[in-house]
Amino acid sequence: MLHYIGRRLLQLIPVLLGMTFVVFMIIRAIPGDPAQVILGQQATKEAIEALRAKLGLDNPWYVQYFDYLGGLLKGDLGESLRTTTPVSEEIWPYLAATFELSLFAVLIAVIVGVNAGIISAWFQNSWFDYTAMILALVGVSMPIFWLGLMMQYIFGIELGILPTTGREEVRNPIDSMTNLYVLDTILQGRFDQLGIVLKHLVLPGLALATIPMAIIARMTRSSMLDVMRSDYVRTARAKGQKMFWVVYKHALKNAIIPVLTIIGLQMGLLLGGAILTESIFAWPGVGRYIYEAINFRDYPVIQSGILVVAFIFVMINLFIDILYSLIDPRIKYD
Amino acid sequence: MSKKKLWSLALLTMLVLSTILAGCQSDSSDGNGENNGEPKILVFGRGGDSVSLDPATVTDGESFKVTQNIFETLVNFGKQDTEINPGLAKKWEPSEDGLTYTFELEEGIKFHDGTDFNAEAVVANFERWANGSGEDFYYYSSMFGGYKGDEGHVIESVTADGDYKVVFKLKRPQAPFLKNLAMSPFGIASPKAFEEQGEKFGDNPVGTGPFKFVEWKRNDSITIEKNEDYWVKDLPKLDKVVFKAIPDNSARLNALNTGEIDLADGVNPADGKSVEGNSELQLFERPSMNVGYLGLTSTRPPFDKVEVRQAINHAIDKQAIVDAFFEGRAEVAKNPMPPVISGYNDDIPGYDFDPAKAKALLAEAGLAEGFEMELWAMPVPRPYMPDGQKVAEVIQSNLADVGIKAKIVTFEWATYLEKARNGEADAFMLGWTGDNGDADNFLYVLLDKDNIGSNNYSYYSNDELHDILIEAQSEVDEDKRNELYGQAQEIIFEDAPWVPLAHSTPLLAGKANLVGFKPHPTGSDKLAEVDFK
Repeated sequence: MLHYIGRRLLQLIPVLLGMTFVVFMIIRAIPGDPAQVILGQQATKEAIEALRAKLGLDNPWYVQYFDYLGGLLKGDLGESLRTTTPVSEEIWPYLAATFELSLFAVLIAVIVGVNAGIISAWFQNSWFDYTAMILALVGVSMPIFWLGLMMQYIFGIELGILPTTGREEVRNPIDSMTNLYVLDTILQGRFDQLGIVLKHLVLPGLALATIPMAIIARMTRSSMLDVMRSDYVRTARAKGQKMFWVVYKHALKNAIIPVLTIIGLQMGLLLGGAILTESIFAWPGVGRYIYEAINFRDYPVIQSGILVVAFIFVMINLFIDILYSLIDPRIKYD
Repeated sequence: MSKKKLWSLALLTMLVLSTILAGCQSDSSDGNGENNGEPKILVFGRGGDSVSLDPATVTDGESFKVTQNIFETLVNFGKQDTEINPGLAKKWEPSEDGLTYTFELEEGIKFHDGTDFNAEAVVANFERWANGSGEDFYYYSSMFGGYKGDEGHVIESVTADGDYKVVFKLKRPQAPFLKNLAMSPFGIASPKAFEEQGEKFGDNPVGTGPFKFVEWKRNDSITIEKNEDYWVKDLPKLDKVVFKAIPDNSARLNALNTGEIDLADGVNPADGKSVEGNSELQLFERPSMNVGYLGLTSTRPPFDKVEVRQAINHAIDKQAIVDAFFEGRAEVAKNPMPPVISGYNDDIPGYDFDPAKAKALLAEAGLAEGFEMELWAMPVPRPYMPDGQKVAEVIQSNLADVGIKAKIVTFEWATYLEKARNGEADAFMLGWTGDNGDADNFLYVLLDKDNIGSNNYSYYSNDELHDILIEAQSEVDEDKRNELYGQAQEIIFEDAPWVPLAHSTPLLAGKANLVGFKPHPTGSDKLAEVDFK
């Protein structure tokens, strides 16, 4: 097992290296000059030239690339052109915000999605099955932009029970230590604020969960249907075991493997930041951080931001692969 | 194992649900600031975060919105105009030749860090800026012609005469000198703080203003609090102001409706009516100091022919555009600068909407059959152009009526600006919001041949105009200066390098109980007098 993990980690190196190169080339291929964008519409030619020289943008691309790689090897993710703060320092609060939201969204998506899928498979072709699958289809194709604004309108304005933007009540701000506000409020014993933080998570969490929830439900259903037709399930039922245990204990264990893959991929996608959700709900996450860096042609932030997100994505997939062998003893890595 | 897992999942769900419910009950304060004894907190929702809180180093409006309340300038703009009023300087005197300005400073003011504000502090600030290079202090070099040692640098010296008198000596007269000094980037900072903090000063700003910096959560919120020792009596009224970034315009308005914010910047013109119809809200109009236009790159045939440019001016129905996409909250433009700016020439007739005349002009240019062109639509909404794509469609159909086939193209914003600046567009939409309310900041910056490759995107060049604009820069007599700008606008009108479209009125919305908020045309609002009823 350790051997396997070691090998997978080694494989990460060429993957990430290749990615730095691709990202580096793509952002330089798009037109638009960072110096120009930083200085704005008002800038003069001389000012732009001076800034280009200062930022090292007048060097040939390979010099810039190897400078960047050299920095990475020393653990230096570069410095934001816009804020002149090191990316490694700057990115953490954004990652934490995204992590909290994604985890919440995945939790909703898994709990609702897996159960809806199981019940749909259990009572195949029932009204529940049809309704759930139609809802799932709607969910997959839902424009988050519209959904987000509608949820704000209904829960925020009409019903007035949930806040619509941000992570906290700005009039009663959280004194943050870890930037994970749920954790912060628990550690500080501020349960009044914990309630506020959780309320702020609900709408963006639901919006973000919609698509993964639908995908997971459909995946679970089809995977369960396959397993339910197998011999050992029929045997278990013939033995007279209660249907509930047959489904949730015997069938689910075998059906969950492909679902786990999907959950892992979705979690990875969400952690990359969801620009639309983060924009509508004013969530200061990593998606918006990178998106704004693109608007400002903040090369170091784009490069390192994508690198960090890709790293997390690959790590989650590794974690899921390991999880397979824990759930299904027949899967062994050697 | 799966049974255990199920149990833990179920427990977790219950935990989450119960805390949510608990949260719903415990939280009842909506903190609108109306409750007695509780701190008055204003939450100002806006589209983006600031770049830095050191105003001298930045160019973006979102930074100035905050620094305007932390720092103060020697002289101030008026509450809702760009007339010059006293600020940190209570009096000033220009010499007759316009080369020396003597400022008498307010006494007894302290910076937020407790150090004294005096003539030395003012000198230290100007020394800091004048010793910059390249892009360090962009606005300083752009408004005062460079840095120390540069040929164009206007300021000869800044010296202290006693504790509360500062003398500026200029190399040549600069007509908008006082207006420049009133701009947000020239807020006077604590010399002790910027010397100690160095590059980090932008994260820990220290000024003399009505509010002190408290906290910055990047991409999320910036908090400033009341300066208890503020030198103007009874100000500020608020205890705290939080600037909160909410990128989406509709979501920002939603947040205003739920009470999460008290004031929303950047309200869509289309939402203006619904705000006016809501008794819990009020609509604010920011006095217009901008122009939205369609630039015609005059180096690209057939736009090198003046008849073609005039024809396009006649072909476009500007009134229809203003009515449809600005919801009437804009004025049809006929000059490259808005009427509030001193020197505006109201005698210019403007090009009326007249397709027949447009066709005749095209025939005169030898293009009776029309031609094909690219029409560049702005990809982002701006106050001077709320919906570039739709406006482009109207222009396209107007042009089709006179036989010009326009193909609408667009690019991502940074790309758009770069390509247009390189002269790659036939016709492009763009706009400008004034920095200091001076005519020079529109006419010279946008249309002089000196600024081709910079802000003169239309590559328009006219030597006669250039001479007039240069003369006006150092003309200290206000009437003579206005006359020069009047002539300049006539030349521009005849040459028609643009189709000026509109001067829009940007909208804001706030809670009905908000008082004392006066949106400033420059986009940076002073919040000292804002209060809750």
